[in-house]
Amino acid sequence: MTVATSDRAPAPAAPDGASRPTPRAPRRRPRRGTVARYAVLCLMVVLLAGPLLWQLSLSLKGAGDTLYERPPRLIPTDPTLTNFTDVLDRVPVLRYVGNSALVALMAVVGNIVGATLAGYALARLRFRGRGIATGVFVAALLVPIETVIVSQFLVVRSLGLTDTLLGVVLPGAVAALNVLLMRNAFAGLPDELEEAAVIDGANAWQRFLRICVPQVTGVITVVAIFAFVGAWNDFLWPLIVLSSEESYTLTVGLNRLRGTFYDDPRLIAAGTVIALIPIITFFVLLQRFFFRGLESGGIKG
Amino acid sequence: MSSSTDLAVRERAAAPRRPRAAGARATHRWRFVPWLMLLPGLAVVITFIVLPFGNTLRLAFTDATLLRPGRWVGLENFERLLGDDRFLTALLNSSLYVVCVVPFMMLLPLVLATLVSRPGRLMGFFRTSIYMPVVMSSVVVGLIWTSMLDRRGLVNETLATFGAIAEPVPFLTDRWLLLFSAMFVTVWMGLGYYMVIYLAALANIDGTLYDAAAMDGAGVVRTFLSVTMPGVRSTMALIGVLSSVAAFRVFGEVYVLTGGTGGVGGRNLTMTMLIQREGTGLQAQTGYAGAISLVMFVVLGALLVVQLWLQQREGRTR
Repeated sequence: MTVATSDRAPAPAAPDGASRPTPRAPRRRPRRGTVARYAVLCLMVVLLAGPLLWQLSLSLKGAGDTLYERPPRLIPTDPTLTNFTDVLDRVPVLRYVGNSALVALMAVVGNIVGATLAGYALARLRFRGRGIATGVFVAALLVPIETVIVSQFLVVRSLGLTDTLLGVVLPGAVAALNVLLMRNAFAGLPDELEEAAVIDGANAWQRFLRICVPQVTGVITVVAIFAFVGAWNDFLWPLIVLSSEESYTLTVGLNRLRGTFYDDPRLIAAGTVIALIPIITFFVLLQRFFFRGLESGGIKG
Repeated sequence: MSSSTDLAVRERAAAPRRPRAAGARATHRWRFVPWLMLLPGLAVVITFIVLPFGNTLRLAFTDATLLRPGRWVGLENFERLLGDDRFLTALLNSSLYVVCVVPFMMLLPLVLATLVSRPGRLMGFFRTSIYMPVVMSSVVVGLIWTSMLDRRGLVNETLATFGAIAEPVPFLTDRWLLLFSAMFVTVWMGLGYYMVIYLAALANIDGTLYDAAAMDGAGVVRTFLSVTMPGVRSTMALIGVLSSVAAFRVFGEVYVLTGGTGGVGGRNLTMTMLIQREGTGLQAQTGYAGAISLVMFVVLGALLVVQLWLQQREGRTR
């Protein structure tokens, strides 16, 4: 497929034929340009996917494989799954995955509920103090998390939540950025939408749940996905809060892999592959939302 | 069942021209509804961001530790910082990170975005592949590259195969090579993120400009320099600031590549790593860490002011 496409004219027609014509340079030039374009892109794919493939290969190499071979060999000669079972036996990776999943789930629920409610109130209800409330969220958005992390730790400690998953979730349970994103989404809805409902006697809760929320599900999805990925990948904060192995999230647990399996890169590779499977699956399934989220201004600080 | 807000909307429904005026006429039962809706968000943000920020400001001027509330010591922490080699090293490392990483983040993703900004399945595949590392955790990426850059990792073995090196390159142990390796990993992870932002900006460039450039016989490079670059100028500035902030805050990659040690003698500590070290755990010197946090806030705050200024300027010229 690659070969066929790269040989063709510069504007590869989309399957539906909807691509707009791109009349650029005269006929001869784009051909060379196209070859260069694909060469660069393929190089990038090798650079980006290569290390991942190498990890996969390492994780599958068995006792019969020479680890350090010149030239290095990508395809294992003695493929095996024992590295995976070894890692799972010696390190509670599945427990870490479970903890991370729980944290991510709580973060998603917290952000959806908290940001949607607050966003609606800020955008569509009028009350005294609305400006101040908006200001609090904007100010919070501008504070880099690293500069308050020590004080956050003191708060979590005084709440008695150190070494708990709840302590990991709470500071990010409702992100200011998400509140403001939801506020903008609700503010973009036309006034007429609610006016009819008001005439029918709907109160604020009913208008919120039945009329406005269904209109902004796209933004809610984006908020949910970024909350999930953010919580799943977070490292600094769980590293600070968690101290016992049972409560480790995946990132904190993985960080210890290198110390545990210093002598065997195959086991570390198996650990990273186990860690990558869920998030890459998640990404591939939902990739259109990732791109949409970034384009709609969901720029994280 | 009427509320202040019901009234507000109802009035507008009845007489759309009238200015909004209902806020004050709240019936008591519904006045608290907006605050009830705001409660979860405000509670989290105030407890974990606003108040902690105030507390950091206070801590910075005390000699507090985790177990001792501490007393006011004025600027003592900051004087101590000036003589603390680890702090100066961390400040240097984080600043170098900004200087070295940001140019790559401003240019490479733009080149990639121009290459993949056309329809088609294959282009979708390239976009997805380049974006993939963005969703991976810095710990996993750090582990992968630790393995790649190890003394006997793929990179060294490949170089040795071609006879390019006699001795393994100490990517993970040399003070400067380690820092540059971490920067490389950061760029590797971040390309896709900024590429997507550029893609949105590219979509806004007037297509006829490209036609005109083609008519004038401009080549690929010329077109890039005189149409694409000016067209995304404001996005480029924004990405410059965003990536500066991100680079100064770097933590995960460096932490994992150094195995959590910050390099031999802490020579590869970054600002965030230093805060994490000094300010948490049982030996935490929360006052001193507060002072480091404050320095970090000032640097990032300055970058933020630049960002806001850029955005405002952009808003005016549009």
